[in-house]
Amino acid sequence: MLTFTLRRLSLFIFTMLVLTLLSFSLSFLFPGDTVINHSGQINASAAELAHLNQVYQMDKSIFYQYGAYLTHILNGDFGQSMASQSPISNEIIKLLPATIELSLVALLIAMLVGIPLGFIAAIRHNKTSDNVILSLAMLGYSIPVFWLGLLAILVFSIGLGWLPSAGQISLLFEIEFVTGIQFFDILLSDSPYKWQAFRDASAHMILPACVIALAPATIFIRLSRASMIDVLAASYIRAARAKGLSFQQIIFRHAIRNALIQIIRHVGLQFANLVTIAMVTEVIFSWPGIGRWLIDSIYQRDYTAIQSGLLVLSCFIFIVHILTDFIYAALNPLARGNKHGS
Amino acid sequence: MAVLTMNFNSIFSLAIAAFVSLLTGCNEGNKLSLSERSIIYCSEGSPETFNPQLSTSGTTSDATAKQLYNSLIVYKGKSNTLGPSLAKSWHVTRDGKKITFYLRQDVSFHQTSYFTPTRLFNADDVLFSFNRILDKKHAFHHVSGNQYPFFQSVKFSELVEKVEKINDFTIRFILKRNDSSFLANLATDYAVILSEEYGQILQEKNAEHEIDIFPIGTGPFKLKDYRVGSLIRFYRHESYWQEKAKIEQLVYDISPSKTSRLTKLLAKECDVSSYPIAHAKIAERSDLQLESITSLNVGYFAFNTKKEPFNNKMVRQAISLAINKQALIETVYQGQAAWAKSILPETSWAYDKNTPELGYDPVRAKSLLEVAGYPQGFTMDIWAMPVQRAYNPNAVTMAKLIQADLKKIGVTVKIVSYEWSTFLRRLSQGEHQSFLLGWTADHPDPDNFFTPILSCSASELGNNRTFWCNKEYDQLLQKALKTTNMSKRKGYYAKAMAIINEEMPLLPIAHSKRFQARGTDVEGDILSNFGGISFYNAAKKTITNEAKSIVLPEIADKASN
Repeated sequence: MLTFTLRRLSLFIFTMLVLTLLSFSLSFLFPGDTVINHSGQINASAAELAHLNQVYQMDKSIFYQYGAYLTHILNGDFGQSMASQSPISNEIIKLLPATIELSLVALLIAMLVGIPLGFIAAIRHNKTSDNVILSLAMLGYSIPVFWLGLLAILVFSIGLGWLPSAGQISLLFEIEFVTGIQFFDILLSDSPYKWQAFRDASAHMILPACVIALAPATIFIRLSRASMIDVLAASYIRAARAKGLSFQQIIFRHAIRNALIQIIRHVGLQFANLVTIAMVTEVIFSWPGIGRWLIDSIYQRDYTAIQSGLLVLSCFIFIVHILTDFIYAALNPLARGNKHGS
Repeated sequence: MAVLTMNFNSIFSLAIAAFVSLLTGCNEGNKLSLSERSIIYCSEGSPETFNPQLSTSGTTSDATAKQLYNSLIVYKGKSNTLGPSLAKSWHVTRDGKKITFYLRQDVSFHQTSYFTPTRLFNADDVLFSFNRILDKKHAFHHVSGNQYPFFQSVKFSELVEKVEKINDFTIRFILKRNDSSFLANLATDYAVILSEEYGQILQEKNAEHEIDIFPIGTGPFKLKDYRVGSLIRFYRHESYWQEKAKIEQLVYDISPSKTSRLTKLLAKECDVSSYPIAHAKIAERSDLQLESITSLNVGYFAFNTKKEPFNNKMVRQAISLAINKQALIETVYQGQAAWAKSILPETSWAYDKNTPELGYDPVRAKSLLEVAGYPQGFTMDIWAMPVQRAYNPNAVTMAKLIQADLKKIGVTVKIVSYEWSTFLRRLSQGEHQSFLLGWTADHPDPDNFFTPILSCSASELGNNRTFWCNKEYDQLLQKALKTTNMSKRKGYYAKAMAIINEEMPLLPIAHSKRFQARGTDVEGDILSNFGGISFYNAAKKTITNEAKSIVLPEIADKASN
């Protein structure tokens, strides 16, 4: 397990180095002065500019420059946003939790819906229900998310009036920022309207989370179906059946567990996909997350924000990857022996 | 195995039950939910400042003036006559140069997280508020950019000689000359009263600029929270000098996108929405209502009276007779504007119903042209403004319609349009024959229409681009400004309107309307004919007196934090 951990850690460090190198090079590729792209201080006076040039070691070779850039990032200094002139780290700390919250809920929905459906399809392999589930998955996978989001607003917010269309919570509720995860903040707050706020936040969550969940859910359907078919074809299942175990016993005790392990490997992979979808969805549902902020930054040509936002987002996705790897390894002893990092 | 699945099932159902109870069960505590005591307003933009003295933008005065502040006097009732507010009464000397205000003695300022007043409103606050604008040496005069656009446009500092404190609750304005629009200016959204005590505290803290960012006023609401580009949160001012506002919380949801305002309105995330689109869609919903008021503006078609052939009154009349105004209103304004009978909108108190109007009569137009000496018609140009304004949403289309109308009486029209600043410059140089333009009033005093658009002095300055100068008309305006007798003024303005419609230097076309949409559960007037909106009288229908007394202490506690 130790080698496994070290392996993952070195992988993490090297990937982060490559990522920072990429984001460092963006400052040169974006139009404008490199040091201003680094720091985001567009209105810097001559003295401030000289100071910036010094701290980013712009007079020295490119390696020193990269080192200085890395030091800033490791100290949590991403520069300031060109548009709002406030520190990017502050903005990210405020916005990232909202994205994490939305993505996690969406992931949960995708798994809770997708995996059981996939299992059912595998158990009923080549029967009508299998075909129906597969065609639905195909359909769901082909629907573009921006269209689905607008359609959901049209039907559920405007037409039926069941669910709100924008934001994280009704503006009437004043929830203090503690963790940034809205549900925790509501539970931590001492507002007399806690439960009203909780209800309201849940109602705001449903539409965007479901819209994001659709595409990953269809992938989970296909993944879990494939892995379940594999497992059911394995010889130990045949042996169990020969021993006279009931169908339920075979499925719940043996098949599901083994099939799930294969799926967990893919959760990390799906998470990257999900965050991409979440960025578009955040714009549609005016969700105050990092995706919307990043897209706004692109509109506003806020290079410093784009660069740091990408870095933080990819770092976040990579951490999720590694975490799922650990979970997989913890669940599957075979994976720990794997000599080559996957 | 069965046990295991049972376990799964029971845990699952437990979790579901717990979740459902979270969602529904705990809601019994508050009889009246927060949303029934609050109003969310979808506004079209962020205010530039929280002090309406500093800006004439409609968005700013909507968000600040009538919510946070009071003025000394206000416009009251349907006829828009002046009434008391922070001043209980006032007295104007016979020469009109000294105006004394007797102030209320029971007015308290907002208590917020950043300021706690120790005294009630008095004459020092009035002195402070107006000297900030008038006195160049005032400690706050140069704070926040030294721009007081409304007061500069009415030449306030040239009019007021000084403001005197007679005693703690009496204040006197001494004017350099008699001007009956002075009181009207004091009743606008811009002439608000700030707190002198708060100013002093800020001065001690060396944070003068905060006076316009963290506002303190006497109005029915106080500022709780403002996030740029996102929201403004107001709480009710619990010790307001009049009856308290009916709602406890007012939130401005800043949504610059028209479609997102519509979506939020339809999805009930806003109770009230500013400038809605898709009027037909809103009108067909039974749970929403659309309302409108005629704004104090006018869109007009005007002639260069210095140029051939429009120096001839009969030609101007003929052209005016040939224009189908109704068609213009229906096409260009989509029917959402009021027919302009004169340059003054019907909502003004000085409007006279009996103003004669030429009307639409192409046959008479043709014969008038013949009398004027143009039986074969002529060629003219129309300058159409290139930008969209409330008073004329599409001048080029309007010019095309007029072109078609005039063709019927044998007049050929060329449409001319330049980039906006070039357009205005060339207009003031008088290069045009006729043009489409408009005017939005700064304050409801009728003089604000007559003098800037058509007076001789305006024609010299280039603002009156008809270059029409009528001595009789100008004398009427002078007389109207010198008297404070309302019915006399009304008489003078009625005569002035009659002169315009006879001489026809311009043809008034329409007064545009301002629209607002709201849920049917919101009651009380919000829009007013001029100036910003006010939520003071707005309420949700479900609020009852009984429920009010239950919930009051709670929010009062919160508000004082």
